[in-house]
Amino acid sequence: MEKSHLTVKNLVMYYRTLKGEVKAVDDVSFSLLRGETVAVIGESGCGKSSLAKSIIRLLPRNVSTYKGVILFNDLNLIELDEEVFTRDIRWVKITYVPQAALNSLNPVIKIGDQMVEPLILRQKMDRREALDKAAKTLRRVGISENFIHHYPFELSGGMKQRVIIAMSLLTNPELMILDEPTSSLDVLTQANIMNLLKNIRKDLKLSMIFITHDVSLSSELADKIAVMYAGQVVEFNDANTFYHDPKHPYSQKLMESVPTLRTEKKLNFIPGAPPSLLNPPKGCRFAERCPYAFDKCVEEPPLVYMNENFYVKCWLYVK
Amino acid sequence: MLALCEVMIMNASLLNVEGLRKYFEVRRGFLGRREYIRAVDGVSFSLNKGEAISIVVESGCGKTTLSKTILRLYEPTDGRIIFAGKDVTHLSWKELKWYRRETGLVQQDPFGALPSFMTVKRILEEPLIIHGVKDRRERDKRVYKALEQVKLTPVEEFIGKYPHMLSGGQQQRLVIARAIILEPKLIIADEPVSMLDASVRIEILKLLQKLQKDYELSIIYITHDLSTTRYFSEKIYIMYAGHIVESAETKGILANPAHPYTRALLNVIPDPDPSNRFIIKNVPAGEPPNLLNPPTGCRFNPRCENMIKGICDVKQPPVIEVGKSHYVKCWLYGRA
Repeated sequence: MEKSHLTVKNLVMYYRTLKGEVKAVDDVSFSLLRGETVAVIGESGCGKSSLAKSIIRLLPRNVSTYKGVILFNDLNLIELDEEVFTRDIRWVKITYVPQAALNSLNPVIKIGDQMVEPLILRQKMDRREALDKAAKTLRRVGISENFIHHYPFELSGGMKQRVIIAMSLLTNPELMILDEPTSSLDVLTQANIMNLLKNIRKDLKLSMIFITHDVSLSSELADKIAVMYAGQVVEFNDANTFYHDPKHPYSQKLMESVPTLRTEKKLNFIPGAPPSLLNPPKGCRFAERCPYAFDKCVEEPPLVYMNENFYVKCWLYVK
Repeated sequence: MLALCEVMIMNASLLNVEGLRKYFEVRRGFLGRREYIRAVDGVSFSLNKGEAISIVVESGCGKTTLSKTILRLYEPTDGRIIFAGKDVTHLSWKELKWYRRETGLVQQDPFGALPSFMTVKRILEEPLIIHGVKDRRERDKRVYKALEQVKLTPVEEFIGKYPHMLSGGQQQRLVIARAIILEPKLIIADEPVSMLDASVRIEILKLLQKLQKDYELSIIYITHDLSTTRYFSEKIYIMYAGHIVESAETKGILANPAHPYTRALLNVIPDPDPSNRFIIKNVPAGEPPNLLNPPTGCRFNPRCENMIKGICDVKQPPVIEVGKSHYVKCWLYGRA
């Protein structure tokens, strides 16, 4: 059996606010092989971005609980010393593109100078050499290398997103975490960026965690799907199975609400709203909106494994 | 003959937009040359009473300018807007008050569109006060009715809340309630669901559809998301860089897209299908043009794979009928 590249097991991340403890990531498990992409889908406020930040250890200052296992190349990232983590992992082996990163380029520094910072600071590379590498990486993502001498305002939105992707490729990472990389781009530019991601993933054998709220878009990259609801992964499934036959009632309802362009179908929405992560209900968190809820659902549902890797967190599948 | 007359009266359109243009003047430097951003450049369409249409347009191609110009929040540079038989293109401020009552706007970002320091009741009362509903009991009655129409029920629970206490979907329903409280005939919904989650999107679109049917409301749905339009309206307009490049019945356009831009759009929008991940899609290069200095001829020509040199980049294409009420602005379909 192929060894997994990243395994997340029972990951928990809570943080404390004035109103109480926010259970942003609550017992999340999934795994992926080298070169695979897992898409994390879910509605806003379900803990998708918190999950990404927990993996790369960019925790909020008020974090109260942070535990579980994150195995990356057999290294438990949670127990790793901060110094080692900064030197070897964060923005080296694992890069993270936060949401709307294209708007956080520094407007008064040239593109090239912004890009080479990690190479000069972390890898002690010579400036000239680093700029050379930046230019090459820019070409890799389809931007003329002259742009290292330009300022961000001279670039369009799609080009800025390409620059961000180039930045995250500079250190030859093994895993890329992309948080809604196309959410502010128009349709054609979005398709261009997806093409680019497909290409670099294939050429560089990159593993990816692709975070999105757009179920249709997730199918452009995902080999595996993790559906998040109220801080928990309620279904972890293979993409080939998931889009045709989602298992968890929430996944099913979510799929019913996705409009399709090429086929006609009846659209349905999920009445109600997701629970607050401050004080989630006991038992299954989807129970109050679930059409199949029964008396068992007041207890915490177990992970029901459909095979070695994939599971659904629902009482309906307990035999 | 009489029957025909009746049909004609029934079809009398509510809104007629003819050759609408809105340019914004920009001046570079102190004595700089005057230049114009041509955000909306010759847009024509009509809308019947109780009809819903979709206008598909990407950001930066004149989306918000179009809705604001139709609502006369901007004064048009050229063209005509005829609403219920009356020319509203250059109405004075005083006369506009009537037009404001007859039209409503649903904005993209519900939280940004709602004043955070007002309660739900106050937000909904505001337009009533401005438009002279002096009787407090009458106002209360209409606030209740509007909240019930958008299903923010039980009303008592919501009426004293502030916008930040509502979820995204509830905020958007409040925005809709505000838009319909004066019982307008026309609503423009400018990306009403793009900030909302998938499951809530359908809820809001269904609500708009219900209002359209129940109250014979006309709705212009402006969006970048082609996949929701087939569930919303029978008619669809595709806009690119300030021009309408194609218009037809929704089913016709989805089955037989004529304009290269429409074809590109249809080609790249994904449906949830796991085989997508193995396909590299054919996407036109480049980005929408700068409207300050759009390309001559067809505005899509620098990105178009069917571009005919010497024609497409020189002269603006004519509007050609390619099927039953299916129009396209493209040189590929004839040289009128």
